[in-house]
Amino acid sequence: MRVYLDYNATTPVAPAVLDAMLPFLGEDFGNAGSVHTPGQRARAAVDSARESVAALIGAKPSEIVFTSGGTEADNLALFGSVALAAKPRKHVITTAVEHHAILHSCEELERQGIDVTTVPIRDSQGIVDPEEIRRALRPETVLVSVMHANNELGVIQPIEEIARIASEAGVRFHSDAVQSAGKVALHVECLGVDLLSISGHKFYGPKGVGALYVRTGTPLAPRFFGGHAERDRRPGTENVPGIVGMGKAAELARNLLAEDSERIRRLRDRLETALLERIPRARVNGDRAHRVPNTTSMSFPGAGGEALLISLDLQGIACSTGAACSSGSTEPSHVLLAVGLSRDEARSTLRFSLGRPTTSEEIDYVISVIPAAVERIRRLSPREPHVAAAR
Amino acid sequence: MTTAAQCEVERDATEPATTPVAVAMSGGVDSSTVAAMLCERGVEAIGLTMQLWNQRRLPQLERGGLRRHRCCSLDDVYDARRVAEHLGIPYYVVNFEPEFEQAVVRPFVENYLAGRTPIPCTHCNNDVKFDLLLRTARQIGAGRIATGHYARVRQNLDSGRYELLQAVDQSKDQSYFLFGLTQEQLSRSDFPLGDLTKHEVRHIARRLAVPVAEKPESQEICFVPEGNYVRFIESYREEQGSDGAGGLGGPGEVVTTSGAVIGRHNGLQNFTVGQRKGLGFAVGRPMYVVALDSENNRVVVGEDGELRRRSCEVRSVNWIAFVAPEVPVRARVRIRNRHEPAEAEVTPLDATTARINFLEPQRAITPGQAAVFYSGELVLGGGWIAT
Repeated sequence: MRVYLDYNATTPVAPAVLDAMLPFLGEDFGNAGSVHTPGQRARAAVDSARESVAALIGAKPSEIVFTSGGTEADNLALFGSVALAAKPRKHVITTAVEHHAILHSCEELERQGIDVTTVPIRDSQGIVDPEEIRRALRPETVLVSVMHANNELGVIQPIEEIARIASEAGVRFHSDAVQSAGKVALHVECLGVDLLSISGHKFYGPKGVGALYVRTGTPLAPRFFGGHAERDRRPGTENVPGIVGMGKAAELARNLLAEDSERIRRLRDRLETALLERIPRARVNGDRAHRVPNTTSMSFPGAGGEALLISLDLQGIACSTGAACSSGSTEPSHVLLAVGLSRDEARSTLRFSLGRPTTSEEIDYVISVIPAAVERIRRLSPREPHVAAAR
Repeated sequence: MTTAAQCEVERDATEPATTPVAVAMSGGVDSSTVAAMLCERGVEAIGLTMQLWNQRRLPQLERGGLRRHRCCSLDDVYDARRVAEHLGIPYYVVNFEPEFEQAVVRPFVENYLAGRTPIPCTHCNNDVKFDLLLRTARQIGAGRIATGHYARVRQNLDSGRYELLQAVDQSKDQSYFLFGLTQEQLSRSDFPLGDLTKHEVRHIARRLAVPVAEKPESQEICFVPEGNYVRFIESYREEQGSDGAGGLGGPGEVVTTSGAVIGRHNGLQNFTVGQRKGLGFAVGRPMYVVALDSENNRVVVGEDGELRRRSCEVRSVNWIAFVAPEVPVRARVRIRNRHEPAEAEVTPLDATTARINFLEPQRAITPGQAAVFYSGELVLGGGWIAT
């Protein structure tokens, strides 16, 4: 049996999404920037996709800038905001549990002479304390960026509160919502964000397309230069099939969200409960009450996550240990370290993320496989006492 | 002896009789060919590459962006992955960076600073490749590990012991680096290249269309760029926050065997026993490093005759062909990798130490190197040269 439990890494393109995209890879190949009829057909498709994506997050279509994905959306938000800020000294606030698309961009900002405060997470549940953000504010602060749902823990941050704090200080606020779009209801007005990143392939759209929500009246310096696409904010010929796919995926997500999330939550909870019951010393990381419904981060102390990941893969189960490094091996996740896990604990942690196609039978299979795999790995680990005695 | 041997091998009742074999894949032609050979034989293989050292560390060692032919470079991982894809086998990179630093890199640096000349490959074999990697292999359900080493392993049906033998291709033999393997480790190891010559390996690689068949060999210490271990040691100490001033690694005196001070040196790590060149002075006749005195931070030099010794003591002795003997054993002993084994008597002092008395004096017996005991092509055991 093959079970995919890594939907936070990526999702398959939904059949309806593929159907919507296909014409734009074939007969409707026009350039959305062209004046003629084929171009107009492409333009119409992009416009309607823009409406669907806007509707998913409660935005106006004119506030959506299509990008090549979540990473580009994050980069555009950060660099595009900082570049336009008029202050002589500039300061950016973010948190220690952000995705690398934010953290590595912030490191680059630092190299460019921008001050960055990376707010630590003092709460073992993985929740950012909004008061820490308030304390980090300075007169020269130009941007606060805090993610919505964490990719590894699934924990949802108190964005509304942080947005209020930023807004009171007159500071622009960005949120990376790549892991929450399509999983929980999102409304940019309720959240109070100025900028919000989302990515198509995390909710059954194609890879290579994402979007940045830019609140009306929020000036942004482009990172690319070329034509006039996306109101000059993101030049380049529109990725029409990708955008159409993301639009369709957004429409499906909006329609299916309530039903999907409830069903997925029940499966996730069943998996978690069963593993906690069957595996001694197993633990769930992060605040279980404030999470996206599809994600669980579980530690199995004494069982190396890398060996466990490989073991499960060889038995048909795909999950993740956190961040993969460039060689393809894994490093202890910065998120887990940031919320207080030791390196050993972080190295014995797996993330399971469920999705729309996940079935109850799949969860049964996973529950039947993991306890024995953990047991074997623990038995053969150097630190397990009875193995040491046998040496 | 049979029972003793069996006791040493840790058996796992839950392990199925036939399990997949994990192949340690470095991206080089040898281990890639091993993977291809196993696949050809219909063995279920799983490719594993060890990520051992973070290339982004010690950036001062990267002159002109030279990153080729180094272990754990993305190029090598890429090559190993391409081979696994070509063969259609599961493939994973496993990260042992912290363990490798602890078990290999740190002792490598400390040994040099203490006047010894270490063999990091043997430490890696003992503590990483045939320990952690084999363990990981077993954790993921593979009962055995296959590597590209040129050596042979077989079970002696009379004694029950797993024996280590030299490779058929003497010019490639790597048994010297494997003397530390336990019965448990040997019982789970396959060295499919041990019966082949390098020429035959290349031939097989080409026949099986292994993507790296024409890749050049690399003989360097994998984590040391361009073989410059002194620069590596200095950079590593810098990173670890040790100041080079005073104590280990700093300058000191060069003395003769009779104690006369005849010069200065710039740190023990720059010297190895037997070295002649680079002493930085001339006294009219050939002089060699005969000892590195870490206690007094002195390089001791002498004439060729003073470099030759009849005996040495070895520690952490591992006996392979039989359990630790109680009586002296006649053997041919190799005291460095390319050394022609010399007739000697090995007298066990206790279970893990022994004194070696050579029939003929040996040149440059070097603390930190291994002394490996052979009987013909059979490896009897070996230990680390202490004094």
